[in-house]
Amino acid sequence: MTAATTTHDPNRRDFLYIATGAVGAVGVAAVAWPFIDQMNPDASTLAMASIEVDIGAIPEGQIVTVKWRGGPVFIRHRTKKEIEEAQNVQLSELRDPQTDAQRVQKPEWLIVVGICTHLGCVPIGHEGKYEGWFCPCHGSVYDTSGRIRQGPAPLNLAVPEYKFLTDTKVKVG
Amino acid sequence: MSGPSTFVPKSAIGRWFESRLPVMGLMHSSFVAYPVPRNLNYMWTFGAILSFMLIAQIITGVVLAMHYVGSASQAFQSINDHIMRDVNYGWLIRYMHTNGASLFFLAAYIHMMRGLYYGSYKPPRELLWIIGVVIYLLMTATAFLGYVLPWGAMSFAGATVITNLFTAIPVIGTPLAHWLWGGFAVGAPTLTRFFALHYLLPFVIAAFVGLHVWALHVTGQNNPDGVEVKNVERDTVAFTPYATIKDIFAVSVFFILYAWLIFYIPNYLLDADNYNIANPLVTPAHVVPEWYLLPFYAILRAIPNKLLGVVALVAAIVILAFVPWLDRNPVKSAKYRPAFRFFFWVFVAICIGLGYIGSQEPNDAMTMVARILTGGYFGFFLVVMPVLSFTEKTRPIPASIADAVLAKKTAEA
Ligand code: HEM
Ligand code: FES
Repeated sequence: MTAATTTHDPNRRDFLYIATGAVGAVGVAAVAWPFIDQMNPDASTLAMASIEVDIGAIPEGQIVTVKWRGGPVFIRHRTKKEIEEAQNVQLSELRDPQTDAQRVQKPEWLIVVGICTHLGCVPIGHEGKYEGWFCPCHGSVYDTSGRIRQGPAPLNLAVPEYKFLTDTKVKVG
Repeated sequence: MSGPSTFVPKSAIGRWFESRLPVMGLMHSSFVAYPVPRNLNYMWTFGAILSFMLIAQIITGVVLAMHYVGSASQAFQSINDHIMRDVNYGWLIRYMHTNGASLFFLAAYIHMMRGLYYGSYKPPRELLWIIGVVIYLLMTATAFLGYVLPWGAMSFAGATVITNLFTAIPVIGTPLAHWLWGGFAVGAPTLTRFFALHYLLPFVIAAFVGLHVWALHVTGQNNPDGVEVKNVERDTVAFTPYATIKDIFAVSVFFILYAWLIFYIPNYLLDADNYNIANPLVTPAHVVPEWYLLPFYAILRAIPNKLLGVVALVAAIVILAFVPWLDRNPVKSAKYRPAFRFFFWVFVAICIGLGYIGSQEPNDAMTMVARILTGGYFGFFLVVMPVLSFTEKTRPIPASIADAVLAKKTAEA
């Protein structure tokens, strides 16, 4: 065999190699996917989508923690002073700028997901410089609107989807 | 270094077997005839200690798995009521496993610091060193997964913080965390899969230890003087009996420490909060990892930005893999590198300092110190190593291992 006969244009054999390889790759991916996807939240986890909470018994100044989708949601009945403090903050002072009005439906009720946006610990209420929340894990400080003010967390405590069904009943999720 | 085996079994059955599967010859050339530098000190016994600790973890772990229940509703009781009270010697095996993990890390840190001090990562041992870094990563993963299994308050907090590190990755971070959890937070599915993985990883570690020893036996051991073996006759002694006996002695001493922990202060290294059952709605007031992860925890907390904090944490470990190319000074051992030796001990002090800060409540003063020490930690690798590679005035190194040993002998006489 000479060198000239070993170099050639793409031919039928090249096509067959590539086609076989492509079919093989699709096959591997099709088998791999079930093994990957089995780890994702299952049907029963997805089904626990919403809860209803009676907030009539929560006195002013108190925070109640309820369980939603496996984690905590804080329902805080804010005092006048706390509402005022939350409203009188310059947006320019905030790391994740949001007005208090954007975060509540009724000023006296603050409802937020109780998971620190840093690495997921559950912050402690009425603590920290702004008496909102303090996260014991790495020291993030939130104000009375659940907005991040100090520490490593990048974002405000998330506001879940919720609806007031009556004056004393709220549906989270 | 392990040349073709000259091993010939004495019995006929042995020879029959050996000509079909030369396992005994492999053992003989690796652990009997294998030449070891004659100047090794006790820092070289930690490999053997680590091997024994891995075996101890696997045996006690498999036994615990016979009594442990990997479900969120039963895990806590299966350890604290069942294993600790009802199972015969369950308390002993559990304390062996828990404290064994700590001592495993203690031995690993001494082993790694030994490598840094004597330049064991330099050519031709780069790959050997990198396999070691991989083993260390697998160990931290295994210990983290194991710590979640008792399903106490600290287990839950640890699982939450560590898995949330992934949420720092832009775009795919949160879906990735949900995938790891099997839910929207750490929960029942997380525990069960962590148990499966905690059972799996030690065997992966064992496989990497095999590669580690294989690579070691290709390049041969480094030694306190950091000069390569030139003459096998003059520079080395046989593994058996010399290294074997020394290793057995060191392992025995280490096991005395192990026994003391188990029988006298079994809870000293454990966290009291972990004797409370996990509650997803409350995080303990003072969240700290096990002592062996504290320095990295301090680095994470030192950085006020989530993504950069996680990047620094990962970089602090991964940087170890690049050490062979950061330190290019041809002289291996710190014994002949006065400046490197000084900075090495500063580095050890920094690691201990970071560990201490990691155990304390986060406040402004602590965070400041943590930042300085974090700078020092990375400075050792990124500044000291490259600069000393070319500028350090090293002391003359001995011509051979035998010369080093003989010089010491004449100095003593
Ligand atoms: C690389 C070796 C290993 C390390 C570093 C390690 C580490 C750990 C750690 C730190 C814990 C938490 C202990 C506690 O807080 O009480 C643990 C628990 C556990 N490990 Fe391991 N482990 C290893 C190997 C194994 C193996 C091979 C098994 C076999 C299945 C196993 C099974 C268990 C079980 C069932 C528990 C829960 C019981 C308990 O917490 O005491 N481990 N492990
Ligand atoms: S998890 Fe809240 S500060 Fe880190």
